[in-house]
Amino acid sequence: MVDNVKQSVLVALWFVFLTFPLMVVKVNTLNNIVEWRWMNMLWVAIGAFVLSIVWRWAMARRQLKNKKAEIGEEELTQAGLWQRSTEDPKIFKPVLTVIALVTLVFPLVVDIYQTNIMVLALIFVVLGLGLNVTVGLAGLLDLGYVAFFAVGAYTYGVLNSFFGFGFWISLPIGGLMGALFGIALGFPILRLRGDYLAIVTLGFGSIAKIVIENWEEVFNGAKGIANIPRPGFFGAEMSITSATVYTYYLMILMVVFAIFITNRLKDSRIGRAWMALREDEIACVAMGVDMARTKLGAYAFGAFWAGLAGVIFAARNTYINPNSFTFMESAIVLSIVVMGGMGSIVGVIIAALVLILTPEYLRAFAEYRMLMFGAVMVLMMIFRPEGLIANVRRKYAGRKVVTEDANV
Amino acid sequence: MSEMKDKLLEVNGLTMDFGGLRAVDTVSLNVCAGEIVALIGPNGAGKTTFFNCVTGIYKPTKGDVLVHPPEKKTQKINGFKSNRVTTIGMARTFQNIRLFQNMTVLENVMIGRHCRTTTSILGAVLRGSKTMRQERETVEKSYDLLEKVGLVKDADEFAKNLPYGAQRRLEIARAMATDPFLLLLDEPAAGMNPQETKDLDELIVRIRDMEKISILLIEHDMKLVMNISDRIYVMEYGKEIAQGAPMDIRNNPKVIEAYLGEESDA
Repeated sequence: MVDNVKQSVLVALWFVFLTFPLMVVKVNTLNNIVEWRWMNMLWVAIGAFVLSIVWRWAMARRQLKNKKAEIGEEELTQAGLWQRSTEDPKIFKPVLTVIALVTLVFPLVVDIYQTNIMVLALIFVVLGLGLNVTVGLAGLLDLGYVAFFAVGAYTYGVLNSFFGFGFWISLPIGGLMGALFGIALGFPILRLRGDYLAIVTLGFGSIAKIVIENWEEVFNGAKGIANIPRPGFFGAEMSITSATVYTYYLMILMVVFAIFITNRLKDSRIGRAWMALREDEIACVAMGVDMARTKLGAYAFGAFWAGLAGVIFAARNTYINPNSFTFMESAIVLSIVVMGGMGSIVGVIIAALVLILTPEYLRAFAEYRMLMFGAVMVLMMIFRPEGLIANVRRKYAGRKVVTEDANV
Repeated sequence: MSEMKDKLLEVNGLTMDFGGLRAVDTVSLNVCAGEIVALIGPNGAGKTTFFNCVTGIYKPTKGDVLVHPPEKKTQKINGFKSNRVTTIGMARTFQNIRLFQNMTVLENVMIGRHCRTTTSILGAVLRGSKTMRQERETVEKSYDLLEKVGLVKDADEFAKNLPYGAQRRLEIARAMATDPFLLLLDEPAAGMNPQETKDLDELIVRIRDMEKISILLIEHDMKLVMNISDRIYVMEYGKEIAQGAPMDIRNNPKVIEAYLGEESDA
């Protein structure tokens, strides 16, 4: 402890020295005098000292945890709070009920602007859940995920402007188109791993945007496609407000649907094969898993959700142009997956809400938004590299069942 | 064990070149039903390369790998992908343990059942009765296998947290989950202490006798090899220099030379 204080004092002094010319000395060119702002020096010193103490404390805590984990002590307590709350129905049920109630009432109590933002956040939840399969479960790093999102959005845009297709027909088509493009991208990169895979997918993302931008006849180029109808409800006329609320409920359904399906897949033969592929490709194939099929399945499945989300995105905005599908969107979705915890569904949902909603509500600090975003990511990677909620592996109740069967 | 029975694996004149380097040079080898066959040789003799050719990780330059599955047609499996080789019924373990570290012990074994089950994405989502039955069978069978290698109490542990010897046994259980008729073990005793080696020794014999799975293994631990093998093949510099019963191999001057160096050098 004394050591920490000593170190922190040194750090504080060093920062005072570094920032001295900037924070303390100010040349007033009007009156030709030098102002000495000694108070600033004090603030820098105190700030650096406190931050240094906190940093040291956090680092020490983390080291202790790592040491405990090595001995195998930590594993039990670590999964603790979270696991208990999901496994114990006494806690789990009321929490779930409250969440369900809040989501149902939400659009009725807040204004249309908030609802609209929430729809966007939910779209990213679906994107996160989709990419979570490709990256989190199957371990295939995809930096061009936004391409499938664009495929979905433009499927609806083009089908609507050329053939007058409605939302409900376009929705499944958009999803299938996404999956199709996922397979198309998957084929050439079956043999690639790690960095190479990342670069190729990055390229694919850029290609998709460039094609959309330059193929004027079909995609209307940089001007984008306007007047895309919102989701219809048996042909009923709806005001913008009710249409937004309707889209919101649609999105909620979609998220529930996505959770349901990914959750089932995670603990299935396919999901296990995806995880095995992530862990060790050679061993996975040697254990009889068809690598090509499994990988293409992961790509197609991830892209399917992006396609669906794309269609809804187009319907929500009623207007799409290539600028909605930049690398930045891919990066955000990837951040959602990494921050939420690879493979963890709840983690991804929380991360998506945090990453999309905070920037919206922090408009007041608009200038510092990206700075804070970056800082949070760095801190996350240092202190919780496994994500907000680490993926807890399912336990299979087995032995008891087997012995009972054996007796029969 | 009786004399020559039905051949399961028949390798004829297998050759593997890496550019100008001939890692395996016209090696022939047979494994018959109910046998434990060992492949030994100094480091770098090409044993693992031979394994990789047989299990489809490499495509051999020359030679034939023929499999005679019991009660099925003979197949030439040169250049088959390793998942197909496993599906035919030859499963392997790895010299440098290749478990799925961040999956539980049970899940590791369950992966082995992948090629014997058929659930598709749609099936997994709908969870029909067939899917549920397969899933239940997978869990049961996996627990059975864990029991056989003595790992049931660690079923929910992450594979990476197991001690070394247990990881080796888990690899064997995982390979057995694919219902093989031939098990290929690449240095199963590497890094084990004498007690663990002795347990492994018993486990391998038990697998042969109880499960009716034949075994081809690469090993450096001479005591284990001499104890359990029915026949031994010896490789040096990619070539096969001897084969025969353990007693013959022990006294074969060529083998002694390969392992200890020529007498004139001494």
